[in-house]
Amino acid sequence: MASVFSAPGFDFSNQLRNNFIAEKGLPLPKATSTGTTIVGCLFEDGIVLGADTRATEGPIVADKNCEKIHYITESIRCCGAGTAADTEFTTALISSNMELHGLTSGRKPRVVTAMTMLKQMLFRYQGQIGAALVLGGVDATGPHLFTIHPHGSTDKLPYVTMGSGSLAAMAVFESGWQANMTRDAALQLVKDAIAAGIFNDLGSGSNIDACIITASHTEMLRNVEMPNVRVQKERQYGFRRGTTAWKSEDVRNLIVSEEITLLAGGDEMDTT
Amino acid sequence: MDHIDFQQLKSGEVNLGTSIMAVQFADGVVIGADSRTTTGSYIANRVTDKLTHVHDRVYCCRSGSAADTQAVADIVHYYLQLYSQSSGAPPPVHTAASLFQKLCYENKDALSAGIIVAGWDKEIGPSVYNIPLGGGLFRQPWAIGGSGSTYVYGYCDATYQEGWGRDETINFVKNTLALAMSRDGSSGGVIRMCVITEGGVERLFVPGNELPKFWQGTEVLSPVKGKAVPEPQVVPMTVE
Repeated sequence: MASVFSAPGFDFSNQLRNNFIAEKGLPLPKATSTGTTIVGCLFEDGIVLGADTRATEGPIVADKNCEKIHYITESIRCCGAGTAADTEFTTALISSNMELHGLTSGRKPRVVTAMTMLKQMLFRYQGQIGAALVLGGVDATGPHLFTIHPHGSTDKLPYVTMGSGSLAAMAVFESGWQANMTRDAALQLVKDAIAAGIFNDLGSGSNIDACIITASHTEMLRNVEMPNVRVQKERQYGFRRGTTAWKSEDVRNLIVSEEITLLAGGDEMDTT
Repeated sequence: MDHIDFQQLKSGEVNLGTSIMAVQFADGVVIGADSRTTTGSYIANRVTDKLTHVHDRVYCCRSGSAADTQAVADIVHYYLQLYSQSSGAPPPVHTAASLFQKLCYENKDALSAGIIVAGWDKEIGPSVYNIPLGGGLFRQPWAIGGSGSTYVYGYCDATYQEGWGRDETINFVKNTLALAMSRDGSSGGVIRMCVITEGGVERLFVPGNELPKFWQGTEVLSPVKGKAVPEPQVVPMTVE
């Protein structure tokens, strides 16, 4: 008979099992990762955020047009790179808590509040939540732009990039960014930075999303640029009708019909 | 694995491969740091501020993991706000340093944080406390830390003297950090400094192209006086 006693503390038997199975050549499944280019940039009266739209699963493109600019509040948005599910759910959770914070305090919540909530959560999970974020927005104290790494460290800078395409995008920013740029110049620079990621980084691709946040208005520009539209094939590659010859034709009826005979009394179940 | 190597950074962790420093003088302390933050070989931030405010007259210099040191500094900042509100007076530097030490020692297996705490209080004036990796607490007249510090221990020992004024202390910090940054690949960028005195905190900034220059190695490459150096015989490659 099995003992009713269970030892206190953590049970690591599943880890032992998983290591054994992995040793036999069946590793754990990989999560969808957004091999990504995400950027953010300060300009004269706000913030521009940018992202590509490719999601990958190892070498496979899992989604050709996903959304990586997540909603936090009306005037705070967050771009996510890393594990897709982690960026999706952390931003959703913080967005929810920011809404509640706004309701209880009766004020518009600040960007630093979102940043602190995110960094404290990511630090608590010691890097296990694979979310690399670019957080931007405008509040009562002005425009703010942050990067948040998966282990919970943050940086505050006037222009930032993250994800596998961050090197290509940062090269564009380092050569083109200036203080107090106009809205149009900043949007163009962000589009160029994301395009650099799309074309030079294998993990990034497809379209450009952008989001312009100012004190009075937030504008989400979904697929603001589509540099990889599939064109109409120049030729038809399908076989012509009647290409294959046949010797005989046989059409079979696959519908089975049956007749029900009542043996005992009682009502037949109404199956209409 | 029979033991956990706590000094090893977790993969992909942001590192403050750093040169940091704090020196006390008669009226206050001068603290300084480089500005480089790295993830592997990539510079994640080239203008980082590693001199972190924890109270009006108490600052810390952070080295090690960026995430760990920011989290620890945020917690200490929170406790010092509670302290000053409940006691009605600013906290002594030793109190702040003890809080850092408590967090660093009790969580030593999970943290990689080397912190220098410095500031001014009305009980003992200026003071510098060093909290190295294991979570010890040492009061020192000057302290250096981070990966770049190993290159400049000799320079500091040979140069430091008691009784310096504000400007001499600033120059000492500036020169030491410039030397450390030039030898350590994980340090670089600009120099940020803070002068903390009873009267306030003054921030100083040295851009990357205005760092103090030392031996540049130019005289080795230039010809020796009165002796003709033969031109290197370079035969152009034939191109088909």
